[in-house]
Amino acid sequence: MAMTLFEKLPILADAAKYDASCASSGGPKHKAKQGGLGSTTGAGICHSYTPDGRCVSLLKILLTNYCLYDCAYCINRRSSNVRRARFSVDEVVTLTTEFYKRNYIEGLFLSSGIIRSADYTMEQMMLVAKKLRREHGFAGYIHLKTIPEASPWLIEQAGLWADRLSINLELSRETSLRKLAPEKNAETIQFAMRQTGERIAEAKKEKRRFSPAGQSTQIIVGADDASDLDVLRSSSRMYEKYKLKRVYYSGFSPIPDASKALPVKAPPLVREHRLYQADWLLRYYEFSIEDLASASDDGMLDLGIDPKFAWALKHREAFPVDVNTAAREMLLRVPGLGKRAVDQIISSRRHHRLRAEDIRRLSPGFKRALPFLIAADHHSTALLDRLDLRSRIAPSQQLELF
Amino acid sequence: MVEIQLKSGADFEGFRQAVRSLLENGTTPENVAWGNSDARERFNVAPENSATRISLPADVVSLAKLVVCHTDPERYGLLYDLIWRVKHGERHLLDVACDPTVHRLERMRKAIARDIHKMHAFVRFQSTPSDDGERFVAWFEPQFFILHEASSFFVSRFPSFAWSILTPLGSLHWNRHQLTAGGPASKSDLKAPEDEFEKGWIEYYRSTFNPARLNTKLMRAEMPKRYWQNLPEASAMGDMIRAAARRVDDMLEAPPSISIKRSPERALLRSTGSPPLSLEALNEIITASDAFVPGGTRAVLGEGPLRPDLAFIGEQPGDQEDIQGRPFVGPAGAIFDRALAASGISRAECYITNAVKHFKYEQRGKRRIHQTPTHGEIKHYRWWLQEELKIVQPKLVVALGASAAFALAGRPVKVSESRGLTKFDTVPAVLTIHPSYILRLQDKAQAETEFAKFVADLNLARACLAEAA
Ligand code: SF4
Repeated sequence: MAMTLFEKLPILADAAKYDASCASSGGPKHKAKQGGLGSTTGAGICHSYTPDGRCVSLLKILLTNYCLYDCAYCINRRSSNVRRARFSVDEVVTLTTEFYKRNYIEGLFLSSGIIRSADYTMEQMMLVAKKLRREHGFAGYIHLKTIPEASPWLIEQAGLWADRLSINLELSRETSLRKLAPEKNAETIQFAMRQTGERIAEAKKEKRRFSPAGQSTQIIVGADDASDLDVLRSSSRMYEKYKLKRVYYSGFSPIPDASKALPVKAPPLVREHRLYQADWLLRYYEFSIEDLASASDDGMLDLGIDPKFAWALKHREAFPVDVNTAAREMLLRVPGLGKRAVDQIISSRRHHRLRAEDIRRLSPGFKRALPFLIAADHHSTALLDRLDLRSRIAPSQQLELF
Repeated sequence: MVEIQLKSGADFEGFRQAVRSLLENGTTPENVAWGNSDARERFNVAPENSATRISLPADVVSLAKLVVCHTDPERYGLLYDLIWRVKHGERHLLDVACDPTVHRLERMRKAIARDIHKMHAFVRFQSTPSDDGERFVAWFEPQFFILHEASSFFVSRFPSFAWSILTPLGSLHWNRHQLTAGGPASKSDLKAPEDEFEKGWIEYYRSTFNPARLNTKLMRAEMPKRYWQNLPEASAMGDMIRAAARRVDDMLEAPPSISIKRSPERALLRSTGSPPLSLEALNEIITASDAFVPGGTRAVLGEGPLRPDLAFIGEQPGDQEDIQGRPFVGPAGAIFDRALAASGISRAECYITNAVKHFKYEQRGKRRIHQTPTHGEIKHYRWWLQEELKIVQPKLVVALGASAAFALAGRPVKVSESRGLTKFDTVPAVLTIHPSYILRLQDKAQAETEFAKFVADLNLARACLAEAA
């Protein structure tokens, strides 16, 4: 007997949940025309949180979890024994609009196992997006996972309808890719990323709509022996070359019916968290790969403290920093001072000299920052020279997330 | 001491009028007592229009609009303190984020913004039958007086169906055209029949959870418990958390599955390189696709025999081509035909197509004005042209104008510099002007010269062919 829509939903949601790149942000604001449905707010909204603390923003499903490929890390690989199901284009459209109307979601995140051919699969996904936009005037968020092996013109079309396109790199090293995802090809992936990146940039310049929220990718962490620096190097290369909006890191998680090729162990959540922090430093704090290299040991970030703090401990000579005079890029290097706090320090200090008390109000990480700072009424050198600085200001709550 | 009574809730209007008159009278903040209740009428507040309007920095006004939504009884006093100082020498006070008053107001603003954001996130509509078919109704309990501030989001997101949001502080009703505010409601006012999509949502919520990442602390921080009672999915949480550890143990203990050794060859063969193999198949794809340019009512396909001596690539179809669905049949086509005849080339033996398959135009009154496609737009079509030429296999390609040259080369090519014999990839080619260029020339003599040069380029193409043969 054919499965109903609601019988397929748990199977195809379960199959999609390991993809971390599920955000609804980054696009320009827009809203439905007359008779249409939906809007995007720019920042995105998390409509719920599951007990793993992850945001539920988009309806994240696979069109189908049948797959011709055999990627060892993936629950949907052809040699796995999971239950299979397949949505029709109309079923996905119905689920998306009905969930959207009840305010459960910001839109759709659609991915798929590869069936029949890459082109066929990509075309089905593209048709879902096209139907939502065309027939339902849907102005919510659509993220399509593109299949790098699909013909270029299908990706060209997908960009007309989607807010964001993405291609998952999955493994940062080519050798791992060959071993663990034998059908995938690093060159094909890069070619597709470059093409998408170019089109997005051109459309932006020519003020046309083409994947306006850019493109993103995901790297799985802990499935191969790539080091943190390996991973971060490929991220920074992709940010630069293909103008990616985001790289997501997904700690390899045990899956039911796991492959023999991979270790079965708890996901490296702390490692994943450190990678995200390092990624932020690269994108928003003017850190370079070399800075991160000097903050790590043997290519691995310190699991006990965040990478900015690790960098500061190894570069004590750069501190203390005077909050009333230091340049922005130096303030950004102070552990415990976020970007927002730094901006507020800079706008406040134009009006009066800042004291320690002022910094306390501006930054929740004040305690951690203090040993690295000079303020009108505060000068810290003694503390900086102490060998036990790390243990004094890196209390166990450094690991508060887990 | 001046006593000001405002309405309960977020009384921005009352506050504004009070501030106007207080400032006009030079009343300092220490001399004002702010209170609010429904019971008493406002007093000591000048009636509307009598007090002069005051000018304030925009960020102060938007801060005030939000902060009045707070429940803190000191909110009006703090705001007036801020405004007083802004008006008396501290114009940029809001920039001083570490000032105690600014800091406190900012924290209030953040709390309000968060409550509004959470309302946008956590309102859950239920489908209920109504006179006009279906109405989506939600019950929500905000923390602050944010109903009004939060409403425009719902209007722009859900314009095309009727909905209501009921809260203990008031309600909102949208009828597809107009938003009306109603009085306070209670949870029992919402009676919705069972909804399969709501059940589906709870199932979805269960399935998208990864038990190996259990982190309830993070979840509670982002989704405080006070919202749970009105979230249908929250009913599944308890089970999910309890079962998580066991599910992970099962996964860790289960023996790895024996992977069936299957060579990737077959999968690869099926999944890569599936370009259309015939012109019909390619044309079907092009016809089914949407235009990548504004305008573009229909795809105008290439025409002519396979394996011809010559293939002509134009820029894009024009008005006439779009109407008739064939390339080069408008005024530029007429010049093109004349030049072909002058050079002794039979059009029927050539393959003729365009770099861009749709007519890009701007509607001006009744006229459709041709717009040159941008480089980005040409690139969207480039793959098709490349496949087309792979299938058609002309001996020589004639690029008519810069757009065609760009499509063939994949980079900008100046006609004035590279005119004549050239190569695109490995295919021999002749680069010349687009016949519409001649059409646009006002000077007759110049048009004649250009026409002759165009014919000469066509002759060159013929000569090349003869040489190759
Ligand atoms: S292609 Fe690989 S990663 Fe994608 S669904 Fe198939 S097996 Fe999983």
